[in-house]
Amino acid sequence: MAKNQSASLDRKKFFADPIMVTTIVVLIAFLTLFILYPLAILLVDSFVTDQGIGFSVFRRIMKMSNFRRAITNTLKVGFLVGIASALIGLLFAYVEVYVKLKTRFMEGLFKVVSMLPVVSPPFVLSLSMIMLFGKAGIITRFLLHIYDNNVYGFWGIAIVQTLTFFPVCYMMMRGLLKNIDPSLEEAARDMGATRWKVFMTVTLPLILPGLGNAFLVTFIESIADFANPMIIGGSYDTLATTIYLQITGAYDKEGASAMAVVLLGITLLMFIVQKYYLEAKSTATLSGKASRQRMLIEDRSVTIPLTILCSLLAIFVVMMYICVPFGAMFKTWGYDFHLTTKWFKQVFTKYKGLKAFKDSFVLSLVASPITALLSMIISYLVVKRKFKAKGFIEAVSMLAMAVPGTVLGIGYIRGFSAGVFRTGFLQGLYGTGAILVIVFIVRSLPTGTRSGISALRQIDKSIEESAYDMGADSLTVFMTVTLPLIKDSFLSGLVTAFVRSITAISAIILLVTPQYLLITVQINEFAEKGAYGIACAFASILIIITYSAVLLMNLVIKYFGTSRNYREE
Amino acid sequence: MAKEKKGVRLEHISKIYQDPKTKKNFYAVKDTSLDIEPGSFVTLLGPSGCGKTTTLRMIAGFESPDEGEIYLGGEPINALTPNKRDTAMVFQSYALLPHYNIFDNVAYGLKLRKMDKETIKTKVTNILKLVGLEGMEARMTNQLSGGQQQRVALARALVLEPGVLLFDEPLSNLDAKLRVSMRTEIRRIQQEAGITAVYVTHDQSEAMAISDKIIIMEKGIVAQMGSPQEIYYHPKSEFVADFIGEANFLKGPLKSKNGSDGVVDISGTKVDVKEIKNFGIGDTCTLVLRPESAVLADAGQLPCRVILSCFMGSYQNYHVMVGDNLVKITDFNPKNKKIYNVGDNAYVKFDPANVHVL
Ligand SMILES: Nc1ncnc2c1ncn2[C@@H]1O[C@H](COP(=O)(O)OP(=O)(O)OP(=O)(O)O)[C@@H](O)[C@H]1O
Ligand SMILES: [Mg+2]
Repeated sequence: MAKNQSASLDRKKFFADPIMVTTIVVLIAFLTLFILYPLAILLVDSFVTDQGIGFSVFRRIMKMSNFRRAITNTLKVGFLVGIASALIGLLFAYVEVYVKLKTRFMEGLFKVVSMLPVVSPPFVLSLSMIMLFGKAGIITRFLLHIYDNNVYGFWGIAIVQTLTFFPVCYMMMRGLLKNIDPSLEEAARDMGATRWKVFMTVTLPLILPGLGNAFLVTFIESIADFANPMIIGGSYDTLATTIYLQITGAYDKEGASAMAVVLLGITLLMFIVQKYYLEAKSTATLSGKASRQRMLIEDRSVTIPLTILCSLLAIFVVMMYICVPFGAMFKTWGYDFHLTTKWFKQVFTKYKGLKAFKDSFVLSLVASPITALLSMIISYLVVKRKFKAKGFIEAVSMLAMAVPGTVLGIGYIRGFSAGVFRTGFLQGLYGTGAILVIVFIVRSLPTGTRSGISALRQIDKSIEESAYDMGADSLTVFMTVTLPLIKDSFLSGLVTAFVRSITAISAIILLVTPQYLLITVQINEFAEKGAYGIACAFASILIIITYSAVLLMNLVIKYFGTSRNYREE
Repeated sequence: MAKEKKGVRLEHISKIYQDPKTKKNFYAVKDTSLDIEPGSFVTLLGPSGCGKTTTLRMIAGFESPDEGEIYLGGEPINALTPNKRDTAMVFQSYALLPHYNIFDNVAYGLKLRKMDKETIKTKVTNILKLVGLEGMEARMTNQLSGGQQQRVALARALVLEPGVLLFDEPLSNLDAKLRVSMRTEIRRIQQEAGITAVYVTHDQSEAMAISDKIIIMEKGIVAQMGSPQEIYYHPKSEFVADFIGEANFLKGPLKSKNGSDGVVDISGTKVDVKEIKNFGIGDTCTLVLRPESAVLADAGQLPCRVILSCFMGSYQNYHVMVGDNLVKITDFNPKNKKIYNVGDNAYVKFDPANVHVL
C-alpha cells in the first residue's frame, strides 16, 4: 500500500501555486542565510584551523582560566536565577489564582509587575540596583549608612536577573494553575487534607513539569543575558561578557567563535530538553479548561502573609523601575539631590540624543512590520499547510529562540564581514543598517511566530478551506481570511517586535558601526563609565517610547481588533 | 440557473491514510466507483469513520486520491486544486467568514471571479431571496441563528453556480425540528437550481427524505447504491438492512423450493418465502423482516412469546422471542386491536411478499 499517487498529486497541486512556492523558497533562503549559516560558520571557525580540523582552538580557550571561570560563573548564576524566578513566579501565580484579594491596588500591582519587563530595556534594573544599593546608593548610603557596599558581582547579577525574569515565570505558572480542575483539590480537601498538604500532594505534582519548564526558560535567558552582567557584573564575568571582551578587546576571533559555540551548546541542550520534553509534559497532566470557578482561599492566616509578601516584592520591583527617571532628575545622584533638567537637556545637546533616538526608532520601525508579517506567514505555513520543508522552517525559526544574542552577533561578524564564506558575496551588507534590521528581525521572529501559531490553531481549518473552495488562491486566502482573523496577534507581534528591537543590545553591540547611534548602546556606554544621570535620562525616554507603543497597540486592538467584533467567548 | 449540469464519476478511487498511533497505512476509502448523474441528488450514508468525508473532500480537491481518477463533467480533475474545481462545498461548521457580513460572505466568490459590482449585487440579492434571507445583507455572521447561518453557507455555494454542490453533514449542528425543515429546503433549492448535489450524512431518515440515490458505505467500501426504496426493501447485506431502518434477521435452512418460492425452517417452524432464486436446498437463508411489516396475532407464521409490550401512541412496540431470536414489532394504530402483554404467547404474522431474503 503506497501513497505514491496522492503524493505526486499533492506535489502537482503545490507547484500549481507559484506565489506559495516563491514564498517558501524565499523563507528558506532567509532562515538559512541569517540563522543557520552564521551558526555554521562559528563551528567552522572553531574547528578548522591552518593545521586542519581539530580541537586545537577549544584546547586553547579551555586553558584560559578566565574562560573556565566564566563557565562556572554563568552556570551558577543561571541555576540560582532559574530557581528563584520559578519560585517567585509560582508564588505570584498562586496568589493570583487561589487567594482572594479583591483590592484594586493589588490587581494593579500584579498587572504592572507582569508588564514592566516587557516595556523596559534589559539593563534598567542593573542601573537602579547600583543607584539604590551601590556605593552612592540611596538605601545603602543614606538609610543604612553603609559607605562601601559592593553591588557588583554574583549577587548583583543574580538579584537583578531574578527580578527581570520572574514575571515571565509568573505568566507561565498562572496559565498552568488556571487549567487545574478545582475539583481535584476539593476532593482532597474533602478527605480531610490541610491546605498545605493539598498543595504538596495535589497541586505541586501537577505543576512540577511546568515549574521545571519555567526554571529552564529562565536559565536559558539568564545565561544568554549580556547587558546586566556587563553593567553590574564588575569583574565577575559570564560567558556572554567574556565572549564580547574576547572579540572587542583581544581581537581573538577564533577564540571568541569557539567560546560562542560552547555557550550555544549549553543553551541549545537546555532548549531541547525544555521544548521537547518539559513543555509537552507540563501541559499533558492538566485536563484543559477548568470545569468551573475555583473557591478562593479567604482564610486570613493564609491570605495576609501571602499578600504582604507579594506586595513587598512587587513594590520593590516597581520602586526599582521608578528609580530610573528619578536618577535622571537629580544633579548628582547620591550627593546632590537638587532637581535638574540638565541630564535630559544634555542627552540632546551634548550626546546626539536626537540622532540616537532617530536611528533606533527608524531601524526598529523598519524591522517590526517585516518581523510581524514574516512570523504570521511562518505560522500560517506551519499550522495550515502541508509541504516537505515545513519541519525545517518550523525548527529553524524556533531554533533562533535558543541562540543567545552574543552568539548571533559573533556569527554575523564571522559570517558577513568578508562576505558569505569569505567570498565577498553580500559583503556590502556588513556595517549597514540593513544588517542591524536583519538582526532585529531574527531576534524577534520566534516570539512572533509562537504567538501566531497559537492564534492560528484556534481558527477552524474549514474557514480557510471554504475560501479556497470558492476560488481563492493561497495568497488571497492569506490576505483576506487568515490575516484579518489573526489581526490581534499580528498587531501585538508588531509592537512586541518594535519593543524588542528598540531595547535590543546583545547582538547589536557587536555589529553596530559609528555611523549608527543606538540608544541601548549609548546607555550601556554611559552606565559603564559611571555616568548614571545621563544613562538614566536615555533609559527614561526609551521607556516612555516603548510604553507608548504598547499603549497605542492596546488602543488599536481595542477599537479595531478582531475580538470585539466577532470572536465568541 | 446553473450554466451546465455536471456529473461526477469516481473510477476505482482509493485513499490511504496513516494511523497516527501505529504508523500503519490503511484504506480510508477503497476501490470506490460511483457514477453520479447530472442534476441528481446523491447521498453518502454510513456509520462514523466509514470514509464519507474523505470521499467528499477528494471530490472537492482537499485530499488527493491514491488510486483512481475523478471526473467532473467528463474532465479528469485529479491534479486540480480546490480553487480551480467547479465544485462548491457547504461545511458542517458552516465556515462562514466571521469578519464579513452576509452580503460580503456571499459575494466573496463572485468578487474573486472579477464580476462587476452591479452583477454581484443582483446575484447576491437573488440568491438571498431564494434562501429566505432578503434584507439581512448587513448582518454579521454571529448575529444569525444556526439555521440562518446554514442558509448563508448554502447561498454562498449556490451563487457560484457550481457544477456540483458538496454537503458535509450540513445539518448536524441544528436541532431536530430545524433539521427537518432545512432538509426540505435544501431539496427544494437544489431542484429549483437543478444542480448536481453530493450530500454526506449519517442520518438515514435525512438520506431517505432528500435523495434520488443513496450510497451506503461501510469501512471505506461501497456496500450498496440505489434509490431509497431499493435500499430499504432490497438491502444486499445485513449491514445495509440494519443501517437503513430497523430490521429483524431470522436465519434458517431452505427446505424446499418451487420456482422462486420456497420454504425456510425458522427454529422448527416452516415459513413460506418468495424470491429465493439464488438459493439451493439446504442453504442458510436470512429473512429480513421490517418491524412495521409484521403484527402479533392469535394465528400466524411464527409462534412467539412476548417479552416487552409498550404503548408508544401511534404504535404498540413489542419485543418477542421466536425460538432464540429476538424480533421487534411495531404494530401501528393499536387503538382497536388486541394488545398482548408480557408473558403472552402469540404468533408473528406477516405477508411473505414483505420478507426480503439474503
Ligand atoms: N488526515 C487523516 N489522517 C489519518 N487518518 C484520517 C485522516 N482523516 C480521516 N482519517 C481516517 O479515515 C477514516 C475515514 O474518515 P472520514 O472522515 O472520511 O469518516 P466519515 O465517514 O466522514 O465519518 P464521520 O461520520 O464521523 O464524519 C477514519 O478512520 C479516520 O480516522
Ligand atoms: Mg465526516
